[in-house]
Amino acid sequence: MAATENRWRYLAGGIALALLSALPGARTLFATVLPEDRADLMYHRYDGGGVEVDGPTLQLRKSVGEAFSVSADYAVDSISSASVDVVSMASPYTEERTETGLSVDYLHNKTLMNLSLIKSDESDYLSETGSFSVSHDMFGDLTTVTLGYSVGNDDISRNGDEDFAQTAKRQNYRVSLTQVLTKDSIMSANWETISDEGFLGSPYRSYRYLDPLSEKGYSFLPESYPRTRTSNALALRLKYYLPYRAALSGEYRYFSDTWGISANNLEFAYTHPFRDKWIFDIRYRYYTQEGADFYSDLFSRRQPFTYTARDKELSTFQSHTVGFGVSYEIKADFWQYIDHGSFNLDFDYMRYSYDDFRDITQGGVAGEEPLYSYSANVIKAYFSIWY
Amino acid sequence: MIMKSALRPPMSLLCLPLVLILGGCSVEPWVKPYERAHLADPIMSFDRNPVASGYRNHVFQIRESARGAEGGGGGGCGCN
Repeated sequence: MAATENRWRYLAGGIALALLSALPGARTLFATVLPEDRADLMYHRYDGGGVEVDGPTLQLRKSVGEAFSVSADYAVDSISSASVDVVSMASPYTEERTETGLSVDYLHNKTLMNLSLIKSDESDYLSETGSFSVSHDMFGDLTTVTLGYSVGNDDISRNGDEDFAQTAKRQNYRVSLTQVLTKDSIMSANWETISDEGFLGSPYRSYRYLDPLSEKGYSFLPESYPRTRTSNALALRLKYYLPYRAALSGEYRYFSDTWGISANNLEFAYTHPFRDKWIFDIRYRYYTQEGADFYSDLFSRRQPFTYTARDKELSTFQSHTVGFGVSYEIKADFWQYIDHGSFNLDFDYMRYSYDDFRDITQGGVAGEEPLYSYSANVIKAYFSIWY
Repeated sequence: MIMKSALRPPMSLLCLPLVLILGGCSVEPWVKPYERAHLADPIMSFDRNPVASGYRNHVFQIRESARGAEGGGGGGCGCN
């Protein structure tokens, strides 16, 4: 009886393996392999807090021989900003950001190496980043360890001021461990240290201070940031396969840096396939942050400290994000070079509420204006093909 | 005899990690290849659609101070 059971189990395993080899993404859990050959074309749109960003993203990936895979990326963000910062200190503006990337993966036995270059270009910000990472599978392919390093150089200018020229350098160090726990669960732990040096603020933004000589009761002066910053982030992710072909996942991340900022975020997601062709995703994310030591919505006087900032991203706040996604798979029998494809639609609703950033466009006594909050919608519509 | 007993604890301590490392190399996978059907299902991928998740991470990075350990890429300032 036991022998019969084992034989059936073995046979079922063989059938499962045969089926899995036909599934997209299946190969990655059995041995170190190159990423899949696929192409993605996405339209994205962000709308919230007076900011609108939209544009296309294209990514193409193709293997070359048995050992190499090459990927190319292109993305455009068309930005139209009338955010609370911009409205209260300057005039609304529009601009465009272009991002291009090239990446090469090299596979050698159970080791996968990646080299990538990314360039991001705006009218007042040029960023170039190079990354290298090594992944290695071990312990019967149940464990994957990845080490990564990136270095980026930024050139910052100020529109309308040809004399302004600043630079910043950024280095990232990453370690990650992915571990198969049981036949239904997998976890991953990621650690990343990022170190910045150079001009780390905004050439446009100002801080606010109490000024009895001003009619409004306050005035502005340009912000001043430290020229170094080091941050650490630790993230844990867990994914569990439910008994009826659905997946549940959880994620927690802790963050802290040398500017006194600490943050926690927690996310839960549920994935539910429907029949053969549909996959539905729902997710919820909570983020909370303690602000930087040198942040204040309203400083008590002009130049009170060496460093002064009124960037709301450095303040104390919370955010909630609820997301929904749907994917429809198509079999591409009509074209011999395409294996299959999918249409995808993704939507996120975000709500940010600030504890110490006030909306000065609403008026009122200095320091007693209503606290600022806003919501945003993010839509991603994309088409993917595997070949 | 005294020397031998004095050497014994440090040698044991030295050998322990070696045994663990060598033991680890020959570890028997507790989830067999034929038991990984569920894990290999695309819905179990941590990053099923890298382009979409990369953009999502980028949106959060711009609006929040926390950064890193996302498992996705991105670059540039994208301020405001």
